Amino acid sequence: MKKIVVGYLVTLAILLLSMALGISAGAVKVPISTLWDKNADEVASNILWSIRMPRVILAGLVGASLAISGAAFQGLLKNPLADPYTLGVSSGASVGAVMTLFFSLSAPVLGMFTLPAFSMMGALLTMFLVLGFAKLVDKAMKMETLILTGIIISSFLSSIISLMIALTGEELRQIISWLMGSVSMRGWPYVKMILPFVIVGTILLWLNRRELNAMLFGEERAKYLGVNVRRSKLTLLIGGSMLTGAAVSVSGTIGFVGLVVPHMTRLLFGANHQHLLPLSLMNGASLLILCDLVARTIIAPTELPIGVITALLGAPVFAYIFFRQRKG
Amino acid sequence: MLNVKDLTGGYDEKHPIVKGINFSVEKGQFLGVLGPNGSGKSTLLKAISGTLPFNQGNVQIEGKSREEYTAKELARKMAVLPQLHTQAFSHSVRETVSIGRYPYQHRWLSTWTDEDESAIKKAMESTGILSYEKQLLENLSGGEQQRTYVAQALAQSADLLLLDEPTNHLDIEHQRKLLDMIRLEVVQNGLTVLSIFHDINLAALYCDRLLLLNKGEIYAMGEPHEVLKEHFIKDVYHTTISTYPHPLLPKPQMTLMPEIKGERKESVPIKAEDIKIRDEYVELHTTSPLKAFSSAVHNAGVGWYQYFVNRTVDAEYMCDDAHDELKEYLMEKGFSPTNTVAMMTAVPAKNAVVRQFTSDETDIVVAVTAGVGNAIDIASAYKREDVFHVGTINIWVFINGSLTDESFMQGMIAITEAKTKAMYTEQIKDVVSGTIATGTSTDSVLIAATQNGPFYEYAGSATAVGKLIGRGVYETLCTALQDYKKAKEQD
Repeated sequence: MKKIVVGYLVTLAILLLSMALGISAGAVKVPISTLWDKNADEVASNILWSIRMPRVILAGLVGASLAISGAAFQGLLKNPLADPYTLGVSSGASVGAVMTLFFSLSAPVLGMFTLPAFSMMGALLTMFLVLGFAKLVDKAMKMETLILTGIIISSFLSSIISLMIALTGEELRQIISWLMGSVSMRGWPYVKMILPFVIVGTILLWLNRRELNAMLFGEERAKYLGVNVRRSKLTLLIGGSMLTGAAVSVSGTIGFVGLVVPHMTRLLFGANHQHLLPLSLMNGASLLILCDLVARTIIAPTELPIGVITALLGAPVFAYIFFRQRKG
Repeated sequence: MLNVKDLTGGYDEKHPIVKGINFSVEKGQFLGVLGPNGSGKSTLLKAISGTLPFNQGNVQIEGKSREEYTAKELARKMAVLPQLHTQAFSHSVRETVSIGRYPYQHRWLSTWTDEDESAIKKAMESTGILSYEKQLLENLSGGEQQRTYVAQALAQSADLLLLDEPTNHLDIEHQRKLLDMIRLEVVQNGLTVLSIFHDINLAALYCDRLLLLNKGEIYAMGEPHEVLKEHFIKDVYHTTISTYPHPLLPKPQMTLMPEIKGERKESVPIKAEDIKIRDEYVELHTTSPLKAFSSAVHNAGVGWYQYFVNRTVDAEYMCDDAHDELKEYLMEKGFSPTNTVAMMTAVPAKNAVVRQFTSDETDIVVAVTAGVGNAIDIASAYKREDVFHVGTINIWVFINGSLTDESFMQGMIAITEAKTKAMYTEQIKDVVSGTIATGTSTDSVLIAATQNGPFYEYAGSATAVGKLIGRGVYETLCTALQDYKKAKEQD
């Protein structure tokens, strides 16, 4: 069997296993058979369908969004350290989300999608700001320039968020825990809220899989291969921002998933975006479901923010990639 | 195939980098673009390929204006390989080449047709990278990577290929392999190629035509021999060069003239006493190399040498490979084979005649060994069927001066004519025809000059140096022939 087919099968198996674990493990053990057993315990069934299931799906969607947009950003920018978090795009999305909550915004047409939509706008604006500034500093947009720009803008945006929190007092305290990244107590409405964004964003990225491959050889060469570079870039940036915005609007900033997952996937299955994008998507989902599981069980009954777990995993990987790139 | 009309453009509208460029490339032709740094080579390529807008003019591909093609249509007609940099992520060779099929792919569907497959197979085959199609690009050498990129461009199945210094950073083996491969595509499959070159000699070797750019304008265009001219290169590159024909191919080549002063040692004038007569050979060792033209056995032709050897061999000397035998002999005697010109004679070294001749402005040394047992009248030579004999009249002429190629040739003529005259004076006859001989069947001649001091543009019999050569060779050879006859009578 071809290596890539095995890759898909194993990845899918891990995803299903993570979901099963995520559903059944926790303070209350819920047997997985509850899913299909009509005579199952009422309480268990209730926990499964209204608490565990939406939580697992939400974690999966967030992880998938962050990982696939990370893969796309890395390919587009030819920068292995790029992801929504290191580029500051997550912070931008946070500002969009916090502003929506702070001013209790509700756009009439958007309805329940106001939050992710503003989050996405924040992400997109930040993306343009970071790219524009980085290009101004250094035309070649070296890896370090881009990451430093991301840090500068991200810190600036964080301080804006802190300011807003300080100004509101008590009721936005929950925002702080949200900011550290969590998928707890969200439920089905949130799944419905972000699902369209995740689907559309993923399709936009997927449509540009070949363009991403071509652009790895430089924008000039991609153009000669017949790629409409401007359109592809814009589509990728919009798609990536959409996914980041969606993820951030439900779970706050969760760092490093978009960095670690594409990197590992690329190491295992190669840099071809045709496979890298879907495999990263699945692996991102698995990783975040497992991280969430750890976050809520490791010091139960207290829950850790999920961002703590991902940063614990991600920071060393970030350091490793940076080291390897430098040693070249 | 490619028509560029009145193209003017660059990064800034007010200061165009390329100006009024007009040229066309026929199908199946290989055009090389030359020019110094900043002459607009890459800008021209970018303006043609469409990365840079141009202010005025027109680029036509197969009779259709470039703008009329869609991006993918254009990519199917024209493949462009810019200078590439290293990448952040590594594809395998196969994946890299497959990306060349992008212009044939459907946007929504993931299709991979047999045509796609055979195109990448063919591209990998002709670039010789098929054997490592599974390897990652980053694990390959620079030459293999470059060939992979070229394969990617070939996989586009375009009729027109534009390249920007494809052999940059490659060693000569990889340069040759890559250009051989591209040339083969041109010759066999009618590929049309426009390529920027830094290396003028490579361009002259592989291109049908050359375009020399200077300050954004076409300075010269034509076949390599029409463009590779010393004064053109001097004008454009501000560098003195010397052109010469490729030793084996009808292609011009060039070499630089370094402008470092005082590098070459002032050569010491050659005197008669510098020529040493040893037991087995006559020898001259000079302090700096002389430029020599000769019909010697070892290192015949043109070259620069410091050692000159005329070796005595047995009259019965017979050897299947005289070249190898002589080379071994030289090494045995401590001569550097690449720095020595050597000939052979049956005349004992002690019978060599060495003379110096001086006129007001000219100074030459002549050394001769003569034996005429094998004398032959060149006009009757067709009547004879001789086996190989050891050369019996060997003439060396050393000139303290600087000669042109023309002078060397005229010097050769003067030497030969003087030799014939000496044969006549000494009444040396061809034993078969009974007529006066003009030489022997295996004579050797060498003329060498210090290439320092007085400059002789010509060396025919009307010139002072030609006159001295004629007189010197005639008188020295007459003496040598008289000595030979005396020695024969004593036997």
